[in-house]
Amino acid sequence: MAEQSELQYTAEHEWVLVEGDIATVGITAYAADKLGDVVYVDLPKTDATLAEGSIVGEIESTKSVGELFAPVNGTVVEANEAVVADPSIVNSDPFGDGWLIKVRFTELPALLSFAEYSALVAE
Amino acid sequence: MTEGEFYPQPSRSQENSLTDRFSPLHDIHVAGGASFTDFAGWQMPVSYGSDLAEHHAVRTAAGIFDISHMAEIQVTGPDAAAFLDYALAGKMSAVKPMQAKYSLLLTAEGGIIDDLVVYANGENEYLVVANAGNRFAVVPALQERAASFDVEVTDRSDDVSLIAVQGPNSRAILEATEGLVILEGQTPLDELKYYWSTGATFAEGTVFIGRTGYTGEDGFELYVDVADAASLWQALMAAGADHGLVAAGLASRDTLRLEAGMPLYGHELGLDTFPAQAGLGRVVALTKEGDFVGRAASEAGPAEGARVLKGLTTEGRRAGRADYLVFSGDTEVGVITSGALSPTLGFPIAMAYIDPDADESTLTIDVRGTRIAASVVPLPFYKREA
Repeated sequence: MAEQSELQYTAEHEWVLVEGDIATVGITAYAADKLGDVVYVDLPKTDATLAEGSIVGEIESTKSVGELFAPVNGTVVEANEAVVADPSIVNSDPFGDGWLIKVRFTELPALLSFAEYSALVAE
Repeated sequence: MTEGEFYPQPSRSQENSLTDRFSPLHDIHVAGGASFTDFAGWQMPVSYGSDLAEHHAVRTAAGIFDISHMAEIQVTGPDAAAFLDYALAGKMSAVKPMQAKYSLLLTAEGGIIDDLVVYANGENEYLVVANAGNRFAVVPALQERAASFDVEVTDRSDDVSLIAVQGPNSRAILEATEGLVILEGQTPLDELKYYWSTGATFAEGTVFIGRTGYTGEDGFELYVDVADAASLWQALMAAGADHGLVAAGLASRDTLRLEAGMPLYGHELGLDTFPAQAGLGRVVALTKEGDFVGRAASEAGPAEGARVLKGLTTEGRRAGRADYLVFSGDTEVGVITSGALSPTLGFPIAMAYIDPDADESTLTIDVRGTRIAASVVPLPFYKREA
């Protein structure tokens, strides 16, 4: 599990961990708390092509539905089947075992820094 | 991630003149780690961490809810029973002292202004409990209907807090609560039947206790002076420590009442809904003597072909939500009013208004573009073992 300060973020409350040409994507603790207990996760399949900004999955709690946006253009190399089987991991470890997808990308768009994201959720 | 919020919002909140009201228990909720939601202008706890854990606690042990936002209206006077017989759909004059009754406030056209619980406190005294979002519709309607009766209608909502303790361990918790003493001559808790009430003392004041609730479990609702609400909550929490009691918020309250098939105003009930459509025909006492507001319209009934409230279940884990459409083949035949993945049952449940002539064997729900087959089941979805 990476330090939150080492991650990059989106305004849609997702985090991105960049390692080489692979981006690991999850939702932030703030987003998980807002949703409440997650009971269903729908993720894109391996090898699916993602377009930055498009809706590629759903994170559903008892009371609401969150949409997962692709933070980058790329190809899914892995979806987290452990989270599909046990969605509560998104609440218990959003920045670690609760990751959602790994995406191979060619170019990284501008993302928010930890400081920028922290300022966003403090508003 | 963006979020579509399905948590039920009262339909009339914009009509309320008060916003950002805080419960007398607000500081306790903050200290307890609650997250809050706006409900009818009130900042109320939505959960204290895990809405699922809170839900399961109520089904298996006990949960304590702050529902101080609910409206309490006192009706007193020699004509109180006759007035309520005229103003409400039920036969309130048949309710015995200390008994409670679920009722409806109807429009002249037969629509529903609110659903209510009415407690008979004595021969000429009643307590009418209304939804927070409908307080400013119910109070003026009752006062207007009281014009030709010797009766006084008083909005006590700002003086009264309401705490609900719900779940199989509720009685043990109340009995173990330090300082909560049933008044001499009042019914002890072990003899108190469902939808009856009793009186107690706590601190310097009195507490009115109904064996009522909105969860489908055994439980109690405690009406207490706002000044004593915080100390009563803390005494109940202390007594509940050995009984699995947890603080529970509005998110679990909503899934609990949905499993129990209980309607929520603004979802299953509204001004355009006839009680008969909502399965509440029995609440309208057409056999009682004399006129009451909404009588003629109720006797005529809803229009031919009016939609009827049904319970739906689906397989998998993707729940149909409020406002999702229900189809039979390519024809839209209904709309969901409340829906969630049932925490107790493990599959999605929903209440929906469905065309009475729809083929119930071919129903599907449009879940954000995907059609999911739905089965019609009798309500409630969940019933506690007797």
